[in-house]
Amino acid sequence: MTVAISPQGMPTASAHDSLSLVQDIDWAAVAPPLALAVAALVVLLADLFLAGPRKVWLAWISLGGLAAALVLLLPLNDGDTRATFCAPANPTTTPGCSYVVDDFTLVLQLVLIASAAVVVLLSMPMTAPRPWADERDVDSGVPGGEYHFLLLASATGAVTLVAARDLLTLVVALETLSLPAFALVGLRRDGRGGEAALKYFLMSVAATAVLLFGISLLYGATGTVYLDRVAAALTALDPRLETVAATGAALTLAGFAFKVAAVPFHFWVPDTYRGAPVPVAAYLSVVSKTAGFGGLLLVAGIALRPYAHVWGPALAVLAALTMTVGNLVAVRVATGSGDAVRLLAWSSIAQSGYVLVPFGTAAGEGADLSERLSASVAYLAVYAVMNLGAFAVVTAVGRDRPTGLLSDYRGLLRARPAPALAMAFFLLCLAGLPPGLMGLFAKVTVFQAVVAGGTGWLAVVMAVNVVIGLYYYLVWTALLFAPPVPGAPPAAEGTPEGPGTLGAAGALRVPMPFALAIAVAFVLGVVLSVAPQIVLQVLTVPGLLG
Amino acid sequence: MSVVLLVVIALPLLGAALLLAGQPAAGAGADGAGGRRAQWTGVAFSGATLALTVALAAGFDRDDARSMQFETDKVWASSLDLHFHVGIDGISLPLLVLTALLTFLVAVHSLGTVPAGGSTNAYLALVLVLEAGVLGTFAALDLILFFLFFEVVLIPMYFLIARWGTPGERGPAAFKFILYTLLGSAVMLLGFLLVQAHTGTFDITQLTVGAGDGMSRGVQITAFLAVALGLAVKVPMWPLHTWLPDAHTAAPTGGSVLLAGVLLKMGTYGLIRIAVPVLPEGAELFAPYLAAFGTVGIVYGSLVCLALLRSPDGDLKRVIAYSSVGHMGFALLGIATLTPQGINGALFVNIGHGLITGLLFFLAGAVKERSGSVLIGRIGGSLYARAPRLGGLLAFAAVAGLGLPGLAGFWGELLAMYGAYDPAAGLDRPLYRVLLAAAGIGTVLTAAYMLGIVRKVCAGPGLGAVSPVAAEPVARIEPLPDIGRVDVLAWGPLVVLTVVAGLWPASVLAVTDPAVRALLGGGS
Repeated sequence: MTVAISPQGMPTASAHDSLSLVQDIDWAAVAPPLALAVAALVVLLADLFLAGPRKVWLAWISLGGLAAALVLLLPLNDGDTRATFCAPANPTTTPGCSYVVDDFTLVLQLVLIASAAVVVLLSMPMTAPRPWADERDVDSGVPGGEYHFLLLASATGAVTLVAARDLLTLVVALETLSLPAFALVGLRRDGRGGEAALKYFLMSVAATAVLLFGISLLYGATGTVYLDRVAAALTALDPRLETVAATGAALTLAGFAFKVAAVPFHFWVPDTYRGAPVPVAAYLSVVSKTAGFGGLLLVAGIALRPYAHVWGPALAVLAALTMTVGNLVAVRVATGSGDAVRLLAWSSIAQSGYVLVPFGTAAGEGADLSERLSASVAYLAVYAVMNLGAFAVVTAVGRDRPTGLLSDYRGLLRARPAPALAMAFFLLCLAGLPPGLMGLFAKVTVFQAVVAGGTGWLAVVMAVNVVIGLYYYLVWTALLFAPPVPGAPPAAEGTPEGPGTLGAAGALRVPMPFALAIAVAFVLGVVLSVAPQIVLQVLTVPGLLG
Repeated sequence: MSVVLLVVIALPLLGAALLLAGQPAAGAGADGAGGRRAQWTGVAFSGATLALTVALAAGFDRDDARSMQFETDKVWASSLDLHFHVGIDGISLPLLVLTALLTFLVAVHSLGTVPAGGSTNAYLALVLVLEAGVLGTFAALDLILFFLFFEVVLIPMYFLIARWGTPGERGPAAFKFILYTLLGSAVMLLGFLLVQAHTGTFDITQLTVGAGDGMSRGVQITAFLAVALGLAVKVPMWPLHTWLPDAHTAAPTGGSVLLAGVLLKMGTYGLIRIAVPVLPEGAELFAPYLAAFGTVGIVYGSLVCLALLRSPDGDLKRVIAYSSVGHMGFALLGIATLTPQGINGALFVNIGHGLITGLLFFLAGAVKERSGSVLIGRIGGSLYARAPRLGGLLAFAAVAGLGLPGLAGFWGELLAMYGAYDPAAGLDRPLYRVLLAAAGIGTVLTAAYMLGIVRKVCAGPGLGAVSPVAAEPVARIEPLPDIGRVDVLAWGPLVVLTVVAGLWPASVLAVTDPAVRALLGGGS
């Protein structure tokens, strides 16, 4: 059944439609995830028929599927809310729809699909035998067909997750996102990948169990799985069920807190990122996390809104802990082991804390909650660009300097000015200092939400954290511009070697897909710094969260 | 005409972009033709900016100095309520010209000597970005835009200290500078957002007219605390000043000149432009504290200077840095009186301190270059004999720094103390009288250490004698290279303006006074 929903969210379906047992599906609404799923299957099949150098086509099919999904988003952006897979409305309940495409869905789907496309670009040399791959990539031994299939399957889950409006679809989408991701982490055939995957898998399964338990309690208390009906049922709850519902709410949120790597559910992050191939770490830190936050926004912002006074302060504490722990450990990594991916892992935990901050203001005035939560959406969009950019440069540099230490970046400006300048820009965006205006605007947005919500202490904690964060971002940035170590072999420049060959003495060659990924992120970053309104308009969309 | 102001802010950025794009290939020496071209590019762009600010000053309607001129107001990001709103009145105009002048002089100075540490292109590009940030701060009329320009200076200044500073101490000093000031500005941003949450606007002109409308006393107090705390780090106000001596000591000459000459002014300017008029009730509550901390800064700064002069490894640049704490204390005291006299005095201190301390840092850099040390005990004294013109100029700058009547340092301190004699209604008059007395003692102490500099560095036995001060057992007093042609160009304007501002204070006050009165008038 297709229900046209007016912007106020009132159903206009006739009684006759709602009694029909055969559902009409709004194919346009579900087209983006469908395109990804089809592309995943095509990749899997094509892998059987493509051999040797032609396997590079797998990556292009992946990109094609993601591009198709992006194109299919366009017709949905007509201002109307589309809903499909709806339960019949009855006089006592609001309509329950499992799949809704509104502004919130569209923004996050756009971020997710575009980010996945950048990850595919970053994976190309690792998975394609020719023309970019060489002996440096062969070590990793990542099978292209399986890799791109898993990536697309996982992306399908992510894209579905942000459109899901019932608890079961949320869980199914979350698992569709996570299961292929375990395999992606472990796909590299060396011991580290296996260990990272196992750690991720065990923690994730535990979190899923907690989440399912929470959902079952919520269902038991409210008798429904649809987010808006859960909210309605919670407002008029039998007092005897309140403990059950509150426990269910807490467990459900804890399950999502794992996905977004909030402290104290973050322990899997550094080891998993470090053990996974770098593009997969980028995927986990951007696509998987954005989808997780999408789920958290939906559950907290719609279903559990009546309990905002309970989860608001709890998430405020979580936000404060997350950014503080993330930043402090990142400082230790920067001054200690100096592992680049580990540093980015901790930095991304800290950034999760900033995204959580608007949630922490929920206990304030309930009326404009969705207005404040939209600051999280804006931050997520900006975070995707800057974090992917940083990961793109780390992938490119890590290919030639496989130790993966911060010291690899010393003097990068001399060796490769373009990636070095891009990296400096991304790091300053993450720190939120000019010229990284994009990151600065995102932080101002979050600050604005928290000040408007009246949670002063959280604002101060975040201000202190921004300062702590600047330290390690700046250490890294300063290394880029530092003169190369005296005595080290000079970086060979302009050596007439073809693309994909090992440069002499640590010279950095950037294959085309990496260059493209870095360029896309950089251009987007500059555009969003000059015209932040492109992203910030989500702040003023009325009723972003229904 | 308002486009001129936009060009003034954009021109340094354009110059910086050109310099970075024209970066010579790695390995090319700083002394090569590329370095020469970079120096002249820097001079050309900062010179053009200076010419345009002078044009702004010429085109400025002095009879209407109280209102904003050359205004531009464009929506930048409507969701954030962020406007690109810039304009200048009598308060910002002198600071704008001072900034352009000091940056130009730093660029001219680089013709003679470029500090070692990195490419000349990058050095001048950072100086120009810094200039754009400071000019933007003085012109911004939107709170978020002000914050944004306030932050623009951080990264260039960090790199100026970390790359071109004194080896050994530059790393920690640069981090201390940036982390301290970022913490300050993050807290300041919270104050701005609090203001906006209650008034619905970031527009400084509207908020000034409103003078606290829409904000309860509690909100005003909280917001003032946050904004003033953030700005006080930059001023710097005792006891938040600890980043400053390290940063000044480690920074290269040009960096020190800009840091003392213009960056510190952003703090006092923010207090005058935003904190006091937008949050009057908060200002009234906290003014005595600002005044007290400012006065402590005056006395403390001069006592530290005296101690440094006595210590065998007292650093000349550190002495000048602590003297800045004292001078900025006068500016704070002036602002905290909440009277037109006091605030005019604070603005005059800004100008005077920018000229004199800029000159002092140039001279300290010159002494360091020539004698090889900046430690007072190792410079060797006898500058009068070894480099007579340099010694004379240092004595002139020191005397100007102690506030000798007839020079630029005098009027600001006098007006600030005059304001403290009779502070605004509602302020604790006896307290201000006590502070006035303490500040008076501070001026005496200031005179003591400034003359101490002259005695230790400039005076001494004649050429050929055995130096009594130098650390080496037997060191003959040898002549040093005296002032060169580039030095005359770089320092001459500062000397001339120090005298002009001292003899003809109306040149500044006639512009600032109407604007200050309008600001304090607010909505009433």
